Order: sequence, then C-alpha cells, then structure tokens
Amino acid sequence: MRIPVIVFLALSALASRPSVAGASEYSLVLKDHAYSPSELRIPADTKVRILITNRDATPEEFESTELNRESIVLPGQTVEVFVGPLKAGHYSFFGDFHQDTAQGRLIVE
Amino acid sequence: MPAVALLVFREVLEAALIISIVGAATRGVPRRGRFIAGGVGLGVLGAMLVAAGAGLIAGFARGAGLNLFNAAVLLAAVGMIGWHVLWMSRHGRQMARDMKALGGAVQTGDSSLRVLLVLVALAVLREGSEVVLFLYGMGAGGIGTASLLAGTCLGVAGGAAMGWALYAGLLHIPMRAFFRITNALLMLLAAGLASTAAGLLLQSDLLPAWGTQLWNTSGWISNGSLPGKMLGVLVGYNASPSGIQIAFYLGTLLLLGVGARLLREPPRPAHAG
Repeated sequence: MRIPVIVFLALSALASRPSVAGASEYSLVLKDHAYSPSELRIPADTKVRILITNRDATPEEFESTELNRESIVLPGQTVEVFVGPLKAGHYSFFGDFHQDTAQGRLIVE
Repeated sequence: MPAVALLVFREVLEAALIISIVGAATRGVPRRGRFIAGGVGLGVLGAMLVAAGAGLIAGFARGAGLNLFNAAVLLAAVGMIGWHVLWMSRHGRQMARDMKALGGAVQTGDSSLRVLLVLVALAVLREGSEVVLFLYGMGAGGIGTASLLAGTCLGVAGGAAMGWALYAGLLHIPMRAFFRITNALLMLLAAGLASTAAGLLLQSDLLPAWGTQLWNTSGWISNGSLPGKMLGVLVGYNASPSGIQIAFYLGTLLLLGVGARLLREPPRPAHAG
C-alpha cells in the first residue's frame, strides 16, 4: 500500500515542476566512458528533456557541437539538458573528456 | 597523450584568443603586462577552486548549478568588456593621440586595466576549470604523470602560440584605426559571450528559445571544427543558433554601440591642437 502512495507523490511532485511539463524525458547513462544507449530516438519538432547520468568514477562532459549543448557531469551525478524542437535528422553527441569511446547520436524523426 | 594535448589546446585556445584581444586593446598602456599576467594567475587559481568545488556548485538549482555558474561567469565577462568599451569610447582618441605624441607610452587610469584583469581571470577560470576536471579524471584513470604533463604542456603551448599569432597580427593594424578596431573586436567578443550564456540558460530551460535552428551553416563551417571554434570565440559564430541567442547577440551589440556613441568624447576645439 505504501509504495504506490510514495510513487504517486513522487510523480505528482515531478509533474508539478513547470519545466518538466510538456517536455518528455529521455535518459543517457555514461559507464566505462561510453553512452548507453548510444543512439537515442526522439520526436521531431518537440522539446525534450535528456537526463545524463555519469556512473564512472571520473568527470565527463556531455557535449554536442551540432546542438550547441555542453554540460559537465560529475561522477555519480545526473544533469538535465533540454534540446529541441529539432528538425528531423541525425545529431551527434560525445563525451568531451573521452572522445575515443563516448560517442553517440540523437536520431530525430 | 594526444587526447590530453588536444583538449587542453582547445580550452587554452579560447582563453588565449580573448587575452590576445585584451593585449591589443591595451597597447601602449604601462604595466598592462603585469595586469594581464595577474589576470591569468587569478584565473588559474580560480579554475582550481571551481574544479575542487564543482560538486558543491553542481548541487544547486536541481543539478543545473554548474551550468548557471558558467552562464554567470560569461555574463560577468560581458559586463567587463562593456565597461571597457564604454570607457574607451570616452578616452580612446586621447590614447591614440598620446601614443603618437609620446612614442607609445599612454598615461591612463588603472580602473580600465582592473576591469580587464577581471575579464582575463574570468576567461581563464571558465576554460581552466574544465581542463582541471579533465586532467583530474585522466590522472585518476591512470594515464601516467609523464603523459599528462607532456600533453598539458603541448596543449598550453599550442593554444598560447595561436593567441600570440592573433596578437601579432592585430598589431599590424594602422594606429589611426587601431583602437576603433580593437573596440569593435571587443564588442563582437562580448556579443558572442552573451549569446553563449543565453545558450546555457536555454539548455536548462530557463529562457524561451524564440525559435531553434533558425538557420544551419554547418555544411560551410561547423561549430566543432577549428575555424568554427575560433570564430565562435572571436565573433560569436554559431552554425545553428536559437532566436534567444541572436537576441542576446544583437542586444549586446546595440547596447554597447548606442552607449559608446552617447559617451563619445566631444571633438577638441580647433585651437587646442
């Protein structure tokens, strides 16, 4: 009985945050200096909220030069980055501190 | 090692380009070297403090703390440049005249130099804190001190060399137009930094976008390329900007342009020459 109540409270708290309303949410996880998933599909012409979590022991920087986005993600932390509305297409992102492995792309369709 | 050198190079380059414009804009001012060096020193110190306190800063504003901090640093830099540009519109002609008359030595108050010291410190702090976090991560990842040190030195040297090249190039501008051009460069620099700050606030959903991807010139010069990055720092080039970024860019140019015109020193009476 308890858990549904907590979930409901958490959801309503989340829903009441103004910035979250109207922006659907996607997640990226950094582990072993790679993104998972490495391809993220999002709808075109829609603003979305991407949560990036760093599960490595060292800092990373989520970056996309095509999207004009960059954000440091400290170990164990999560940052939110809003993108869009975007035209359909492929937009690459990477981890600036580990560019040889941390590569991914946003597929907007 | 190449990865270290490349990242350090890119970050140092951004700060070095800003410093070289400041260097040119203070041409002939006594003790400017000490002020610029002081700014770099303070910036490096600040970068280490910011990197050490990154966890603390990041905790603010639902995890958007670092982002907001960066935007604040950029907007403060815009303020410093604005102050100097307006000051120069008042005193620039006098400076150019003094340089001709006194063979390069310009007597000027320290207040504008102090503002530029803060600007240099902010530029170094912003890029430097990223370098420190990166190097810390690399070190913890077990890359080895020698590799880390060599990469860092190479990156710093490369970035500084590019900054020096720009500075040397700017010194070739004829004295007649010199401060007018460095002032214009500072205004473009400020506009670009304001636009970047708007982008950071937009990324945290704290500003309306006013349209995204208004145009796309990535096929011509992409943001990620070296020319794209350099133009991005120098004149605020952005291959695919949002409306709010353009508004910040043009708004900064307009404010500084109108302000400079209003404050311009009155022409000297003919007999005073």
